[in-house]
Amino acid sequence: MSGSSPGSIERLLGEREIVIACGPGGVGKTTTAAAAAAIAASRLGGDVLVLTVDPARRLADALGLKGLGNQVTPVPPEVFQAAGETPLGTLSAAMLDTKQSWDALIGEHAPDEATRDRILHNPLYQNITERFIQSHDYIAMERLYELHSSGSWDLIVVDTPPTRNALDFLDAPARLADFFSSRLLRWLIAPSRSTLLGIASKPFTQVADRILGTQFLADITEFFVSLQSMYDGFVERANAVSRLLADERTSFMVVSTSETVPLREAEFFATELATRGLDIGAVVLNKVLPTSLSDPDALAATRRLAQRTPEMTAALAARLDVDASVLDRVLETVTESFEDFAVVARREASSRERFPLGGATLLTVPQLDRDVHDMEGLLTLGSYLLGS
Amino acid sequence: MIPLAERSLIFVTGKGGVGKTSVAAGLAQMLAFQGRSVLGCEVDAKGDLAAAFEAPPSGFTPVSAGENLSLMAMDTEASLREYLKLNLKIPIIGRIGPLARAFDFVATAAPGVKEILTVGKLCYEVRERHYDTVVVDASATGHIVGQLAAPQAINELVKVGLIRSQTDWMLDILSDPRQCGLVIVTTPEEMPVAETVELAAKVAEETTVELAAVVVNRVLPERFSPRAEAVFDRLSSHEGIDALSEVLGADSASVVGAAALATTMRRSRVQHMNTLRAGLPAGTPLVLVPYLFQRADGHRATRQLALHLAEEIDR
Ligand SMILES: Nc1ncnc2c1ncn2[C@@H]1O[C@H](COP(=O)(O)OP(=O)(O)OP(=O)(O)O)[C@@H](O)[C@H]1O
Ligand SMILES: Nc1ncnc2c1ncn2[C@@H]1O[C@H](COP(=O)(O)OP(=O)(O)OP(=O)(O)O)[C@@H](O)[C@H]1O
Ligand SMILES: [Mg+2]
Ligand SMILES: [Mg+2]
Repeated sequence: MSGSSPGSIERLLGEREIVIACGPGGVGKTTTAAAAAAIAASRLGGDVLVLTVDPARRLADALGLKGLGNQVTPVPPEVFQAAGETPLGTLSAAMLDTKQSWDALIGEHAPDEATRDRILHNPLYQNITERFIQSHDYIAMERLYELHSSGSWDLIVVDTPPTRNALDFLDAPARLADFFSSRLLRWLIAPSRSTLLGIASKPFTQVADRILGTQFLADITEFFVSLQSMYDGFVERANAVSRLLADERTSFMVVSTSETVPLREAEFFATELATRGLDIGAVVLNKVLPTSLSDPDALAATRRLAQRTPEMTAALAARLDVDASVLDRVLETVTESFEDFAVVARREASSRERFPLGGATLLTVPQLDRDVHDMEGLLTLGSYLLGS
Repeated sequence: MIPLAERSLIFVTGKGGVGKTSVAAGLAQMLAFQGRSVLGCEVDAKGDLAAAFEAPPSGFTPVSAGENLSLMAMDTEASLREYLKLNLKIPIIGRIGPLARAFDFVATAAPGVKEILTVGKLCYEVRERHYDTVVVDASATGHIVGQLAAPQAINELVKVGLIRSQTDWMLDILSDPRQCGLVIVTTPEEMPVAETVELAAKVAEETTVELAAVVVNRVLPERFSPRAEAVFDRLSSHEGIDALSEVLGADSASVVGAAALATTMRRSRVQHMNTLRAGLPAGTPLVLVPYLFQRADGHRATRQLALHLAEEIDR
């Protein structure tokens, strides 16, 4: 692809401390993040960690993540050797389990055991950690911050979940900070830790009470009162994560396919990142169809094939020693098949041309004819990223 | 099982990117073609559903997007406003700003509130019979259970109050297979299939909504019969390609290569289809939608999907 300059992805993976793979759903974020981490560890060296979200089972197995949940697990060098590679550095992997991460966070930062237990046993807590969408985004950022500040990794490649709004996870720390320092929250819990009656006189509470019921409000209040001792920590870390994402240690890798809808979303995403002053190191267009589909010679051959004479078919059938009428049908199908895919390839190529790159490097990764679920596949994909 | 087309509230979900919006649009278009009045509602408000009809992005108030078809986008704040207006009849409408912010707070703190405002609005449209069918381009696999189970969750968490009393009739609609059904869209690939099987189990366990169908989208056409396949294998050998190139007088490696790619992709998908069939509850209708080569987005593609869906669903 014309826009790609192999040097810059090497710099991205070799010089940044955090690279975040993001983009629309199902385009290959998890695979690309793992491939980038694997190739960086192998060819560029250093201690590399991939922080992944719901990888396909076989990919998790390939990374040695079987059932290990939240723990950081080193990928044994033998895994690379089996794929014919001698890595310069090391690769580790961790999966993100929202519930476990929240429990660990509360466990670590609660001021005392009583508060910890009160939080862990509050009926709302279970709900919040398991169901509450944004709690996932927040905890991912919290976890990234923790891993980064441990200083154990030269590069952390982060996979992101398919969020309803691809940017939710970016806003999560700020939103949480906002939320915890909001007047509303302080107002709800501060004046009357013990007497809900005190706030029941406020108009909001009256309305809320009619709609939600007193007990529910009391549960909410109790929950946040318990959390209060941890606010400052939350806010402080949320702010620190926001700073980390914004400075030159972090870069984003927007992943997409070349289909219309995902590409539109990727474009929106790239614009939003730019608006926030965040750095887009690369745009990866995954699952690109073979370039031969738009090759003029191939088109010419297809045209000849479509106009073949019965004599040509008969001659070919004789040479290959197959039935001529079956061969005729096969040739028909081959022609159709090429034309079908060529249409898609052309459409996708023109969508790619239109994609506004800004200053980012464009990388294309071909559609492989099988799923990517082992080290060999990851390294193959990674090599395409490096442009080799 | 109650036919899909007879249900009045259809949720369409699936893993990210599998074609939820395309299928929801196709389904809405199919029903509208059949003469039903249809409301299409986009829950994630990305504007993709409207784009599938080449209509401008819709808001909370439904707008027409063709014969028998209206579109809206979910907006929980607007839903709350409507709800308060209908139910409280107290003079807070002017001060909705601070109240909405307050509710944003409660909604952030209390999971289920946003979900109930979404599901509640959809059920309300069904209860009031404003349309024959409401087709929902719903949240992705990860969030749909939380949404569909919200009325129950609220029912358990909230013991009294207006919301609590409201959840009862919502549950009646959601639990009634003659009224409500869930469609999971998938593609014949590893992850989407795994998520579909998992979701089907979770929906059965944690919600009262019936799984009405699984739509397998982007199915590649079966190109060769077994006999033809043997001939194709011969053709795609080195010898075969050389012979073809000679006969045509043009290099034919790429041409055969494209067919070979299509064939391997199709073959690798067969196992995923088998996993899907084995993993779903017996009797779940499977609806296959072909890969659209010519055009995959916009109103033309939506019409095509509608035709494919109608063909498959009628069988
Ligand atoms: N270049 C490629 N060629 C062939 N298959 C690929 C390629 N890239 C990814 N895949 C396959 O596509 C599927 C989806 O990839 P992946 O899980 O990485 O997507 P994702 O963007 O992380 O999805 P989600 O948004 O659901 O998290 C996987 O089965 C993977 O093996
Ligand atoms: N049958 C099909 N054949 C070819 N392309 C398709 C088909 N169905 C959908 N697509 C294409 O796949 C892409 C994703 O489809 P769509 O937006 O409907 O998915 P989605 O599940 O709603 O995605 P999201 O999770 O982002 O909301 C679009 O570019 C669409 O045009
Ligand atoms: Mg993923
Ligand atoms: Mg969609």
